[in-house]
Amino acid sequence: MTMRKLLCILAASFLVLPVPALAQTATPPDVLVKNVTLEVIDLIAKDKEIKAGGRAKLIQVIEAKVLPHFNFASMTALAMGQGWNRATPEQKRRLIEEFKTLLVRTYASALSTYSEQKFDFRPLRAKPTDTDVTVQVRVLQPGMQPVPIDYSMEKTAANWKVYDVMVGGVSLVVNYRTEFNNAVRNSGIEGLIKELHAKNQSLEAAAGKK
Amino acid sequence: MIAGRFLLAVSLAAAAAGCATAESEPRDPWEGMNRRIYRFNDSFDDWIARPVATKYRDLLHGEIRGRVRNFFSNLADPFIGVNNMLQGKLEDGLTDWVRFVFNTTFGLLGIHDVASDMGLEKHNEDFGQTFGRWGAGPGPYLVLPLLGPSSVRDGMGTAVDMVADPVGLFEPNAARNSAIVLRATQVRADLLDASRLLGEAALDRYVFLRDAYFQRRRSLIYDGRPPREEVNDTPEPAVK
Repeated sequence: MTMRKLLCILAASFLVLPVPALAQTATPPDVLVKNVTLEVIDLIAKDKEIKAGGRAKLIQVIEAKVLPHFNFASMTALAMGQGWNRATPEQKRRLIEEFKTLLVRTYASALSTYSEQKFDFRPLRAKPTDTDVTVQVRVLQPGMQPVPIDYSMEKTAANWKVYDVMVGGVSLVVNYRTEFNNAVRNSGIEGLIKELHAKNQSLEAAAGKK
Repeated sequence: MIAGRFLLAVSLAAAAAGCATAESEPRDPWEGMNRRIYRFNDSFDDWIARPVATKYRDLLHGEIRGRVRNFFSNLADPFIGVNNMLQGKLEDGLTDWVRFVFNTTFGLLGIHDVASDMGLEKHNEDFGQTFGRWGAGPGPYLVLPLLGPSSVRDGMGTAVDMVADPVGLFEPNAARNSAIVLRATQVRADLLDASRLLGEAALDRYVFLRDAYFQRRRSLIYDGRPPREEVNDTPEPAVK
């Protein structure tokens, strides 16, 4: 019974996501999350191609609307743990690229299961001077306990960026750490990059068949 | 209940079998055994649980599945309340019992979740969480046959959950067994999207699920507000 909850939550975690920057002044993080979430949900609800299962179009929307608000370098470093410091700049670049591709695909897959869930955007509890905050959203579904989604966000030069997403208390980034460490221990950083690359290719091949 | 005793036996057997290889993961000293049970569960899922749940979802309208979900969810509320009380959360426990009263009456034996509409929120509690709240650590990771990820503490909790399960009181046995199968089917159907997602996201599903399990349970025990864990191996924040 715990597994069911866990999986529900993993799935739901991917439902909510962030928005396009109005760059100049940094939009407050909670406003950013709310705007992007509602905009993306609205877009996919209206788009016939996406509703019919058009995965490529959905990924386009995510890349345009959601990706700018994530700091994938931070996410990859966090997921790698100690191994990160041993990677060369070139390896870091490839790791970030492969991890980003994997997360975007997973996100697209989760988003395609979205159906009429409502969102409860919690008021932000932070001081104006904070540079690291958690934005809390809850996904409401009739007859089920609300699923909390927490966005860990850091203030960068231009804007607030998400560096981790916790769904039902499960940190997506931290959850990759053991897998990444295992891969690095068994076959080095190059091995991990290869493994991620192979994973992405198999997902792409599977998506192509649909 | 028999299933409860069976589970307890499994937990104890697992504890006794603690001689298996201790590899890299200190929380999973019985990884060899766990992976074998995991593979068995996976085959069972491939051949029986998932196909049945998929059919169930395709055949029944979402509205009807919602009623089934609500019905079993309502039956669970009294003991969710007991667990909240055992954890010292009297107000939450009372909420659970009031939910049960309203949903059983106005909600027609629970098929309508009128309590949620009234603002009485559903909680997630079980005996494993109560033991955790009392200070018990999770102990080693344990994959239970058919039930999946657990730990020694939560396995014990699940055994108590099963003894307390009101569905166990259904008479005659045929009704009880049908109810258990229906509930399991409903649960699996609710997870169809999530399990597909897990397969897509994870490099190693066993490891991904195990780590998510520990994170999730810790969060649940603290009702979503766990104290920050000391993370000492976080590197400098990345290249920009």
